Amino acid sequence: MSDVTPREYHQARWNEPVVMELGAPGRRGITFAAPDSASAVGAAADLLPQAMRRRTAPVLPEMTEHDTLRHYVRLSQQVLGMVGISLFGTCTMKYNPRLSEALSLRPQMAEIHPLQDPSTLQGLLEIVWNFEQILKALSGMDRFTFQAAGGADAAYTHVCVTRGWLEATGQLGQRDEIVTSIQAHPCNPATAAAGGFKVITLPLEEGGYPSVEALKAAIGPRTAALMINNPDDMGIYNPHMKEWVRLVKEAGALAFYDHANFNGVMGKIRARDLGFDACMFMLHKTFGGPKGGGGPATGAYGCTEELARFLPKPMVQKTASGFTLDVPANSVGKVREFMGNLHIVMRAYAWARGMGAEGIHEASDISVLANNYMEKGLLAIRGVSKSHPDIGGPRMEMTRYSLGTLKEETGIGVGEVANRMTDYGVDAPWLAHEPWLFPEPFTPEAGELWSKEDIDTWVAVVRKVCEEAYANPELVKSAPHNAAIAKVDGAGCEDPARWATTWRAYLRKHRGGAAQQAAE
Amino acid sequence: MVNPIAGLGGRVGLKGTDGPEALARARALGAVPTAVPRCALALQSLLPLADRIEVLAPPGPMGADAATDAGLRPRLLAGLPPLLGDGTDTSRAAARMLEEEVDLLLFAGGDGTARDVVGVIGTRIPVLGVPTGVKMHSAVFGTSPRAAGQIAARLLGGDAAVRLREAEVMDLDEAALREGRVSASLFGVAHVPHVRGLVQASKAGARPDDEAALDALARVILREWPADRLMILGCGTTTRRIKRAMGFDGTLLGVDVALGGRLIAADVNEAQLLRLLDRAGPGGAGILASVTGGQGFLFGRGNQQISAAVIRRVGRGNIQVVTGAAKLATLDPAVLHVDTGEADVDAMLAGYMQVHTAPGQRMVMRVAAPH
Repeated sequence: MSDVTPREYHQARWNEPVVMELGAPGRRGITFAAPDSASAVGAAADLLPQAMRRRTAPVLPEMTEHDTLRHYVRLSQQVLGMVGISLFGTCTMKYNPRLSEALSLRPQMAEIHPLQDPSTLQGLLEIVWNFEQILKALSGMDRFTFQAAGGADAAYTHVCVTRGWLEATGQLGQRDEIVTSIQAHPCNPATAAAGGFKVITLPLEEGGYPSVEALKAAIGPRTAALMINNPDDMGIYNPHMKEWVRLVKEAGALAFYDHANFNGVMGKIRARDLGFDACMFMLHKTFGGPKGGGGPATGAYGCTEELARFLPKPMVQKTASGFTLDVPANSVGKVREFMGNLHIVMRAYAWARGMGAEGIHEASDISVLANNYMEKGLLAIRGVSKSHPDIGGPRMEMTRYSLGTLKEETGIGVGEVANRMTDYGVDAPWLAHEPWLFPEPFTPEAGELWSKEDIDTWVAVVRKVCEEAYANPELVKSAPHNAAIAKVDGAGCEDPARWATTWRAYLRKHRGGAAQQAAE
Repeated sequence: MVNPIAGLGGRVGLKGTDGPEALARARALGAVPTAVPRCALALQSLLPLADRIEVLAPPGPMGADAATDAGLRPRLLAGLPPLLGDGTDTSRAAARMLEEEVDLLLFAGGDGTARDVVGVIGTRIPVLGVPTGVKMHSAVFGTSPRAAGQIAARLLGGDAAVRLREAEVMDLDEAALREGRVSASLFGVAHVPHVRGLVQASKAGARPDDEAALDALARVILREWPADRLMILGCGTTTRRIKRAMGFDGTLLGVDVALGGRLIAADVNEAQLLRLLDRAGPGGAGILASVTGGQGFLFGRGNQQISAAVIRRVGRGNIQVVTGAAKLATLDPAVLHVDTGEADVDAMLAGYMQVHTAPGQRMVMRVAAPH
């Protein structure tokens, strides 16, 4: 590891009010003259039925254009900008090439509408079709849908397809259990439950994964599906996965591979070759699409020909005369409006074409190499340890670490360390999904993109903060100090009397009812 | 409050210091008391609050020494009788703390100390243990002296993230431990502060507490349980939720039997259970049991009334285990234990069992029989 000194960083701090507190009554960005058409067709408001009209005007900010611009520029200065070194963890964060961003703003992408006739969307449908061929090659599956707006939605798609398949085969009601593991992504048990299934969870055993015997005790004539990650949230691969899938299929159930953590095996293993009936990829992570900030995402759900007739509608079909939209014979309907976030599919297609098959294969090698390089640096830091240290051999693309020792010795836990890291201009890492089987966990993922210097810098920041925890724990506990907003007291998020997700709720709970009435 | 001799046996290889003989042996083996410095370590976390709180402590090694070593200025707990050098010292000091209406009773010791404290205090005031004993199976302890001090500081500092929860206090048989057998039963329940994990709220959302899930599960179990089927309920706080959902409190530390949603026999012994099973109707009988804290015991610890004979009669398939997911997640390794005293019943129970954690949710747990 190279010795890097974390750079000093300070965020802009504007103490900016929320937009509802800015402006003044009557202030506008642009005022328009009354339209000429009004004399011909009457006032626009008259087009609405009387019963549908609001009695009071909505409470909206009233601001000039330059006030508005200033406000949002300031807000944008108070974040790290999503271009820092973000080894987010338990999922892959990749740089989003500006070229794809620029393409997404072109009229062929930005100004089309999903209700257009397919004959006018041929370019986009060709991208969808071509990208489907790429994912088929990477997974061995027969069809892919991009309707799901994220990984959890893709898991839900599988639950819907499972229901459709059970119904078509006369097994609905008889098979009502879905099996998963305690370190599978929580969207698997959650979507299984949302789809009306009972959830059977397998805990980890020796070696860091559930045993084959535990699986055997969980499956039977009531099992509808297995929904599993490999590697799991901890970054550990289950070496018996082929046997697992065989047993699940033997029990008459479907096997779904949540391929959220695909980076370590891209181009190396195919879900179909392991026997899986279906799988899911995250285009907004593994395939270079934007993620974070709550932006749109895409979960690509793929399955075998046998299950393809249950896929959500519509599906893109290639014909002699161009691309059409078809409805699968036993479609489960919709899991999302229209066809999903196809501008993410466009970006993923650009990424995959740019990388090429060999590039994708090499990227997974680099991500494993980078993780093991990073591990050397992190484990040299006082207070850091890793999960399952008894597992021999190098880890793949991610490793779960623990700051349990640091917490024990200094009282500083991983949450405080993550806060302090932002003081050095590094994005706070994601820690681990619950339950925390290891104390004070974090699971950074280097991926193939970050340079050696970036990884050195990230490790140096962790080292620096851990040293601070030993020397001056109060400094870390009260962090961040250089950010726009100091440490946030999260207790309000636990208290229904205080949390406010709308301006109206904020006025009611924090300003008293009178102010709310005044505002309305 | 400090039990100055707690933990004395650990360093010299003894399992606890219950009883004068064990204590004398520990001292003869050269054991050095560590309870006072370990408690002082915990109390250091209270220093920033020193101006805002009053620290009350029994004199000398029973508490004041540790407080003074930590830099605090304790008020001495008055009106204590002369020390006898056994558990009654702890009990009487705890009783005085109760009279003083303290906001939190922080005690340093082991499972024996926890038992002596909770036996007096119950759930009337919050308690938190600074672990200095040899074996800490009770859920009243912080994971380390420093961790206990930090939770205490956050509670006393008014941190809203600190909540009180019910924790099971185990009654550990130290004599058995010294013979290499783990033997613990449920002794009682205490109110213990704990810190809910808030750091995760941004992405995963906090996992709902076991409590809400178990109350919902209790209602589902009762709805599905046939009216003519005998319900044998094991001890502990989890099965108490099912009892309360039926409208009675039952016996926290004992085994109760219900039929048709009504309590028909409270705090039964093995013979009474077998007689009830003799008279069971066509609906048969089922056992609802939970996992006891810390060690993951299913049968053979604290619920010996549900004996090998009873389990054999009811049958493995009619045993329904109910335990919170968070409680199961703390078991390391994730294994449940049985020790019914009869090898064939232990063998019958061994293997994998599905534990109900919430409505429609089960965890597949390995059940291990004694070697």
